This record gives sequence, structure tokens and C-alpha cells, in this order.
Amino acid sequence: MGRYIPETVSEQEAMLKDIGYTSIDDLYSMVPEQVKLKDLNIPEGKSELEVLEQMKEIAEQNIVFRSIFRGAGVYAHHIPSIVKTITSKEEFVTAYTPYQAEISQGVLQSIFEYQTQICELTGLDVSNASVYDGAVAAAEAIFMTLERNKDEILVSDTIDPETLAVIKTYCESRSVKVTLLKNRNHLTDLEEVKKNLNERTAGLYIESPNYFGLVEDVEAFAGLMHENKAKIIEGCDPVSLAIYKAPGEMGVDVAVGEGQQLGLPMGFGGPYLGFMSCKKELMRKLPGRIVGETTDHEGRRAYVLTLQAREQHIRREKASSNICSNEALCAMTASVYLAAMGPEGMKKLALSCYSNAHYLAEKLNEAGFRRIDEGEFFDEFLTVSPVDPKLLEEKLAEKKILSGLPLDEGILWCATELNTKDKIDELIAAIREVM
Amino acid sequence: MKLLFERSVKGRGSDILPEITTGSYRPEAKYLRQSKMHLPEISEVDLGRHYTQLMKQTHGVNDGFYPLGSCTMKYNPRVDEETASLPNFTQIHPLQPVNTVQGCMKVLHKAGRLLCEITGMDAMTFEPAAGAHGEYTGLLLIRKYHQDRNDTERVNIIVPDSAHGTNPASAAMAGFKVVNIPSNDKGGVDLEALRAAVGKDTAGLMLTNPNTLGLFDPNILEITRIVHEAGGLCYYDGANLNAIMGRVRPGDMGFDCVHLNLHKTFATPHGGGGPGSGPVGCKEFLKKFLPCHMVEERDEFYYFADPEKSMGQVRSFYGNFLVVVKALTYILTLGKKGIPEASGKAVLNANYMMHQLKDHYHVAYDQICMHEFVLSLDDLKKETGVSAMDIAKGSLDFGIHPPTMYFPLIVHEALMFEPAETESRETIDEAVKIYLDLFEKAHSDPEYLHNAPHHCPIGRPDEVKAAREPVLKYEFND
Repeated sequence: MGRYIPETVSEQEAMLKDIGYTSIDDLYSMVPEQVKLKDLNIPEGKSELEVLEQMKEIAEQNIVFRSIFRGAGVYAHHIPSIVKTITSKEEFVTAYTPYQAEISQGVLQSIFEYQTQICELTGLDVSNASVYDGAVAAAEAIFMTLERNKDEILVSDTIDPETLAVIKTYCESRSVKVTLLKNRNHLTDLEEVKKNLNERTAGLYIESPNYFGLVEDVEAFAGLMHENKAKIIEGCDPVSLAIYKAPGEMGVDVAVGEGQQLGLPMGFGGPYLGFMSCKKELMRKLPGRIVGETTDHEGRRAYVLTLQAREQHIRREKASSNICSNEALCAMTASVYLAAMGPEGMKKLALSCYSNAHYLAEKLNEAGFRRIDEGEFFDEFLTVSPVDPKLLEEKLAEKKILSGLPLDEGILWCATELNTKDKIDELIAAIREVM
Repeated sequence: MKLLFERSVKGRGSDILPEITTGSYRPEAKYLRQSKMHLPEISEVDLGRHYTQLMKQTHGVNDGFYPLGSCTMKYNPRVDEETASLPNFTQIHPLQPVNTVQGCMKVLHKAGRLLCEITGMDAMTFEPAAGAHGEYTGLLLIRKYHQDRNDTERVNIIVPDSAHGTNPASAAMAGFKVVNIPSNDKGGVDLEALRAAVGKDTAGLMLTNPNTLGLFDPNILEITRIVHEAGGLCYYDGANLNAIMGRVRPGDMGFDCVHLNLHKTFATPHGGGGPGSGPVGCKEFLKKFLPCHMVEERDEFYYFADPEKSMGQVRSFYGNFLVVVKALTYILTLGKKGIPEASGKAVLNANYMMHQLKDHYHVAYDQICMHEFVLSLDDLKKETGVSAMDIAKGSLDFGIHPPTMYFPLIVHEALMFEPAETESRETIDEAVKIYLDLFEKAHSDPEYLHNAPHHCPIGRPDEVKAAREPVLKYEFND
């Protein structure tokens, strides 16, 4: 139907005539005849009403759970109404990358504010404007630590498997050797790190809380790495940073993470954003766009994309990364979210997650789902399962409850501010029915 | 304008969350952060107004003409936003059991099949989150292919000098060496240079067709043949697919794999620099190397399958899913006639605009263009001192987003215009008049243009200062 073209066919013919052609096909004279497509084999176009109905019908084939006890990298949270309102403003939604600073101060300032907030969360000096997701942020951070003669990286096996998969792909293509460190009771093992450290080690990547929900002793690892002239990268949970020690307080060189929790819906995996921040001395190794403050010729405060000598459009094959488009609107979402929540709101959020998860752990324990690990956890933890986890998942799904994630090691449970006491008690009652 | 932090007043904020109902579990003191976390403390009304002010200093497609070359700034249909906001898409956890996410999987499967038909490919992954990410993924396919054949000498990727900067950068990230080749005098690939460049070390060629000059390379079949005969593969950069969709397919031109920019060709919004989506399609023989989590269908049941020799993952989960929902909505709306109509009108708009400018401005390659064209302001600059930058900045005062400046690199003082198909004749006519007036102004008052813009929230920012004395975040006093 070609619905978004303003002109009628006869108007288009008039335009063609004005420039000396009779048909649009004339404009494709450079295309070899034998490759011109005769028939595009897709369905006929439809009206807005029909398409909307069709898409709704497809959407209804998904099940939306009322109560979600699954995290594993993606978390159900409340998204304040103001966040959705602000980030659906057409100007923000339909703008391009703010290369033309004079008419892009809105987007540029919002990125500058985002960078500031990420630095505040992580306690580090510099942030970029975001990358594709938390997993890619981890891979890009690894590249930041590489130096001549330092091309090996240590990675704890307690990290998110999605992140590990991306790290492996990225590192293989750049010939960076990845050594996976065996955990001890689902925590990164200091002895294992020591054993695998050598003069070619560029850095260590760990997550805290890790995939199993446990808080790692980041400071100890940071000290060890620095003694060996290597860097430490921490993958962190941005919500937990409202209460837990910030990477900057523990000597971390680069902090990265998945920003989905900051106001973005789960959306079957995306779009999300990867946040990245680092110590000042690594500033010029950060990939992607960075906004800086400057002035215009009249001395007015102005924001611009800066330090572009790192980037692909200037450096081509010598760039620090190939990244061009990032996740700007998602970064703005995170920024609005953090501003709407404020410091007290974020703290309350983190404590809600913490408290609900600990209550959940206690109640699950009473129901026979004993915690497997001992250490400190934030909002996720691993338990044994006295029943077949798949059966449990299925039975709870009938009540629109999404169980913890069945893993080889047990079940990985999660609670956020949405899993209130009532919801948890309901879960426990439902579990008892299955047993 | 004030920053969020400059509006912050201690103790202010909104009540977003209820009180904690599960008792008094708290972490031990040794785990707690000591450093202050400065986040804005601001009321909801002030927060809303802050962003309304920022909004007024932002130029989107809906604010006016946006002929930014190579970026395909077409209208972003609102129904696409609506379908992507359906709770049955937004509230789905990526790790739900597959029988509870059949709708999402159908979206990926359906969009994959439609895009395969449009590109002439056999399989499509949606894992890459943007164009450059797609390039990287496509290049890893090429790398895996050669590795699988133990053809380890193939380390070179050939890239024309007119290519986007992401092409060589992606090739380097994928572990290849970049071999740049020059363009011929018609703006296309220099066949002799290509023949000289290919050999046993050739892994592949990356090509945008139409290229960044907006020209369709008539030698395309010869180009892909030369590369194939040398044992290399051909990668199609889909940045400019908007010129040819529904009319010519990369697969029929001899390309083995392709990335698309859903945020260009398929009308999903750019969001101020993302989220995009950069799906990668390939021919059957490369399918086994695609990233994990391919959606397959059997008896109308969708399931995930990892290709036999998968490269692994380039992103978590299944890519920017909600962006794919928007693109699917767009494709279903346009359909088999609407897709080629859109490309045809995009090409008409570009030729129409070029035709009216070319008596004054110098067109870099004066021939029929595709969806975009490039002017060279070299002569104007020599004559008047007014540069491509000055004309671009001059247009800002008239509510026009400037064309792409100083790209492609092989054209001096380049301005690259892409008036997408959704722009009307009246919009283009008005813009042409403005550019012709600016041309006059360049001769009558060059100084005025050196100082443009005059009516924007700020004048030209000091970029040197920004880079030399980087201020990358707000500094708090306490």
C-alpha cells in the first residue's frame, strides 16, 4: 500500500516529468536486467487496523506471568509512569545521533547527565554513552585492558553464561586468550586466580553479585591484580550499587553492567543497554560515544560528542571499537529512571529486593528448598529442589507464576520489589500443592 | 539550561515504591557502600519540565526535513510504536519456557522469513543490536567459513575507499587485515584494482551497493564474480538497502551474507543514536555458522536451535527484540507493493532534489543517483571561502537538519543528501530554495555563514576545548 509516501501516483509522475523521466524504472537503468526482481514474494500490504489486529493476535500467543521469581540477568521491576512518558516524546524517539550539536543540546545534555549518574553509581571517573548490552560491555571492557604483551584474560566461571558466551566470541576474533577459572562453592577462588596469573595476564573479569547471586570479595581480587600489573573489571548489578560497596571503592578499574533494570521492560531480551565506566587513566580506551562539556563562541555552556579520535568514523580500522549506534534512548531511560527514583528511592528499591529475596529464601527453606550456598547474596540465590524442577515450573505456570530458573546445580530464585510478602506466600502455598 | 543535578534539592522526590513488607533483612555493615551517591532529588513536575526543555532542544524527524545521507531518516510510523508497546511483548522474560513465548518466537521467525525474501538470503539472525554489530557478525561468518575449510591464509578483507568507517573497524575487530581499494572515475569499484587485490589471502569483500556516493555499481556481477573466483566471500553492507528493496536483492547480485539496519530501511526510530537492530542474513552454506538461538518451526511450534558450527553469541539472548516487532509491523503494512514503492520514491526524491540543485552546486558524480547524492563544495569554498560546514550550519537556522558532512572521504567538501521517500515534494522544494538562498549568501555575505547558525540554542561549540580539557561528568561540591 506504500502508505507513508505523501504523494499520489499522478503527483509522482509529475515529479518524474519535471526532471525528464517517464517512470521510476528509468531511474534504475544502472541495474543489470538479469538481477532485477520480477516479483517480491511477500504478502500484500494491509491497513493499520488489520496489522494491529494481526500483531495483537501474535502477542497473545505469549503468556504474561503475574508473579515472576526468575532473574538470571533480566529482572522484573516497576517502571515509573514518568519514565515512559518522557522517553516516548517524539523528538527523543526520532532524532539521529547528535552530531549536529547546535540542534541536539537536548540529547547531548541527557547523555552527559546519564554519564554523571553512571559514574555516581559505580564510583568511577568516566562513563561512555552506552553500548549494546551488559554482555557486550564486558567484552569491550576486556579489550580496554589489553596492552602490548598482555593479551590474556582471566574470567571467573561464576559469571552470567550469556555474558561468557559473548566474551568468548569477541575474544576469539581478536586472538585474546580466555582462561576460565573454576569456582569454589559458587564463588571465585583466589587460589585459582593466583595459579593462572602470569605476566601476559591483562586482567580479570568477575561479577558481583555473580550469576548465583553471591557477593564476591572484589577488593581481594583487585589487590591481587594490581600487584601483578593487571586490571580488574567488575560486572555489577546497578540496583545493588545503591547499597553495596561501589566498584570505585574497591579498586576496580572498569565497571560494566546490564542497565535493563533501570526502567526498561524485559521485552524478551531487548533493547537494553550496557553501561561502562572506568578510571580516568583508561579514558581514551573507552569505546563508543562520549559527551563532553564545552562552550560556544559566546561562552555559553554547550555539550558535544568528544574524544572522537578513538572512533571508527575517524580512525577506521585503527579505532578502539567498531561501535557506532549505541542504545541512546535506553540510556536516557536509565537516566530518567535514576532521577525519578532519586538516591533514597534507589536505596529503598535495593533494600526491597534484598529483604524480599531473603524472606523468599527463608520460606523456600521451610518448604524443603534448602539454599545450596552460604555466602552473602543480594536478590538471587540457588536452592536444591525436592521435586523435578521442570514439573514445578509447569505447575506454577498454570497459576501464572514463573518459578526460579532450573539449572544443573539447582534452582536459581530471584525476588525484586514486585515480589512482596503476599506474592511470596502465594508462591509457597502453590509449591506445597505441587509437593 | 540547568542540569538535573543543578535542580536537585535535598529531601525532594517522588513516592514510587511502597514500604517493605517482608521484615527487616539488611546486609551487614561490611558490605555497605561508604561513598555518597549523588542522584538528583527532584519532584515529578520539575523532572517532567526538565525533559520538556531538553525535548525543545532536540531535532527529530517530526521537527522537520532530515536529509542526513546514509542514515535514512524516514518517518517512523506510530502504529509500529504501538505494537512494540503491547504488554504481551514488553513483559516477557527472555528465559521463560518456550511454550509461553510462542508469540515472540513467531515474530522472529516471520520477520526472518520476510527479510530473507527481501534480501535473497536463506537464514537470518536478529542477535546483532546495530549495523556495526551486524557487520562484525557477518565478518565472523566469513571467518568461520574459511576456518572450517582450514583455509587459514585468508586474512584480508577488501574495502573500497568510499566505505563507511565501520567497515574497516569491524573487519579489524573480527581479526582481519583491511585492504583498501580505490574507486574508479565513475565512483564505482575499480575492477583492475580489485583484480590486483584479490588472491589466496582474500577472505572477502565488503561492499555497499548503492555505495556511499549514492551510485549503483553497474559492474556488480563482475565484482562478486572476481571475489568468488579468488575464493573469497562477498559481504553486503545493507546501510543503503532503502534504494533497492523490493527491486534488486543482494542475494541475486552475488552476495553471500548481508546485514540490515532496521533503524534505517525498516523505519524503526533512531532514538538519538539507538536502539537499532542489525540482523544478518546469509546463504544456506553459511547457515551452520550463525549465532546461537535460531528460531525454527515444526508443525507450527517454534523452538530454539543452535547451528551446528555456531560462532557462539555476539549479544545476550535474541537481540533488540522490540525493535524487530516495529520492523515486522512496518513490513506487514507496506507489503509486496509498498516495499518497492518506498524504494522507488526514495530514489525519485533524491534525483528530484539533485536536479534542482545541480545548476548551482557541483554534483560530485553527475549521473542518475539512487536514494542519495553527494555535492562537492570545493569550488564554492575556493570562490567564496564558504565551506561545506558553513552551508550545513547555515541550514540549521531554517529548521533543516544538515546533510552528512565531509563524507564520503573521497569527495572534497562533501555534503551528502538523502531525502527519504516519506518527504513530500513541497518539503523538498522548500529545502531547495533554502539551499539556493544559502548559495547566494555564500557570495554576498560569506562572513554571515562562517558564523552560522544564528538562531539555535547555541552557536558552534568549541570542539577542540572539549577534547583537550575533557569534562565528561558534572562535578559535585560535596
